[in-house]
Amino acid sequence: MLELVDLHVYRGATHVLRGISMTVDEGEVVALIGANGAGKTTTLQTVSGLLRPRTGEVTLRSQGRRIALAAQAPEAIVRLGVVHCPEGRQVFASLSVEENLMIGAYARRQRTGIAADLARVHDLFPILAERRAQRAGSLSGGEQMMLAVGRALMARPRLLLLDEPSLGLAPQMVETIFAVIRDLNRAGVTILLVEQNAAMALELAHRGYVLENGTIALSGPAEALLADEQVKHAYLGIAG
Amino acid sequence: MTQYYVQQLVNGLTLGSLYALVAIGFSMIYGIVRLINFAHGDIAMVGAFSTLGLVAVGAPWPVTILVVLAVGALAGVTIEAVAFRPMRNAPQVTGFIATLAVSVVIQNVGIMVFSGQPRNFLFPDVMRTRVPLGPATVSLTDLVIVGVTVVLMSLLVVIVHRTRLGMAMRATAENLQVARLMGIDINRTIMAAFGLGSALAAVAGLMWGGRFGQIDPLFGFVPGLKAFVASVIGGVGSIGGAVLGGYLLGMAEVLFVGLLPPEYAGYRDALVFTTLILILLVLPNGLLGRGVEDRA
Repeated sequence: MLELVDLHVYRGATHVLRGISMTVDEGEVVALIGANGAGKTTTLQTVSGLLRPRTGEVTLRSQGRRIALAAQAPEAIVRLGVVHCPEGRQVFASLSVEENLMIGAYARRQRTGIAADLARVHDLFPILAERRAQRAGSLSGGEQMMLAVGRALMARPRLLLLDEPSLGLAPQMVETIFAVIRDLNRAGVTILLVEQNAAMALELAHRGYVLENGTIALSGPAEALLADEQVKHAYLGIAG
Repeated sequence: MTQYYVQQLVNGLTLGSLYALVAIGFSMIYGIVRLINFAHGDIAMVGAFSTLGLVAVGAPWPVTILVVLAVGALAGVTIEAVAFRPMRNAPQVTGFIATLAVSVVIQNVGIMVFSGQPRNFLFPDVMRTRVPLGPATVSLTDLVIVGVTVVLMSLLVVIVHRTRLGMAMRATAENLQVARLMGIDINRTIMAAFGLGSALAAVAGLMWGGRFGQIDPLFGFVPGLKAFVASVIGGVGSIGGAVLGGYLLGMAEVLFVGLLPPEYAGYRDALVFTTLILILLVLPNGLLGRGVEDRA
């Protein structure tokens, strides 16, 4: 569904991604793990169009078409069903909970079905229905994460890019969020998951990539990565 | 004596309305593109001269107001597209200098077209009618200015808080990157901020001309600067803050002139800028402003 080929991306003068290639197939959960500064967020931002690659290709295969994403603006990429849920939640704090969700649906050409999707998000996260008129900035961190995920769902993603959904959340809240991610995937949403919490990410994912200093150091089925001595040592906090 | 205080109060509200209308645009534009648009006051001048033209061809006043709103919006959108959009990713200082340059260009085109001579600007005679207000009487001009301002502000509140475009504008002002990720076309929201803000400034120019009786191609700059001060006092980026700052400044200026001995009246501009410095020393984000973190 998504294919990155020999991608080089700069942030200002810094060469962040140094030739990464990876694929995400339809229906998969793919985990992208690695240390801070390895280039995980940069990868997602390149896919969603916030950053432009210096060289390399980002291709979306969708309904038999091949679309070069690197040439598109972020607002066009959302319309293709590639939705980026950014790191640190980044809900619109001064807008109400409901407005945040409606902003999620902003890009949809089809205005029908929005009410039904809103109801689905409310079913998934009942607290968002309860707090619908509240300012998003007044929610707790966990509630803001639910809102960020709910907002992304309102865009009807076919490929969901999730950046650090567990960041700064209580363990119980992380469980809730990961359960939702699993359900979404079962319902047919393809997911590219960036996580510091490598163990949880790999337990959920089908496959994984390990990013080190802007290159793919390792890749394979999630179980194989979980069992890999090097990964255990470097990312799972298990002495080898 | 009551008559005197009521009159001063109305003078303050009138001047405050004009500052507030212009200050709103400063805040809306800054809120979205983090740009202090120093050409914003000159849009008021454009509005005032457009009014003269419309009156000369015999347009009725309600039509004139609507056309002036449109002219202001068009001027704002054009300036954004021609002068500011090409340097949107440039350092902030570059944008700032560009707005000063646009201001100089607008003023000089004004001088070339209309000459630098002040021109009389007259509202219809009926506007000089005295209207009883409690124990005093005030001029219809002042009531109309305050009334039109309230109507325009209410419309703006509806647009910003009750429409899809307004929601997109608020989201863009808060977080431009994430707004793009949600599919918001930021060129459109930026255009909307310039269009709406400039429309209000143009009508403020129309009313400024009618209230003070004379206009020239440079007259927009100083009120524009004061409206900028008003928006900073209120907390730049906040529309409510701009309104509050505008009225506070208008009131303060009028009270200063009205209550102190006449020989101090010439210092009113000094007062305005001293107030700005004092408020910023105590409240760096203004009265209603939240801390704005710089976007990388």
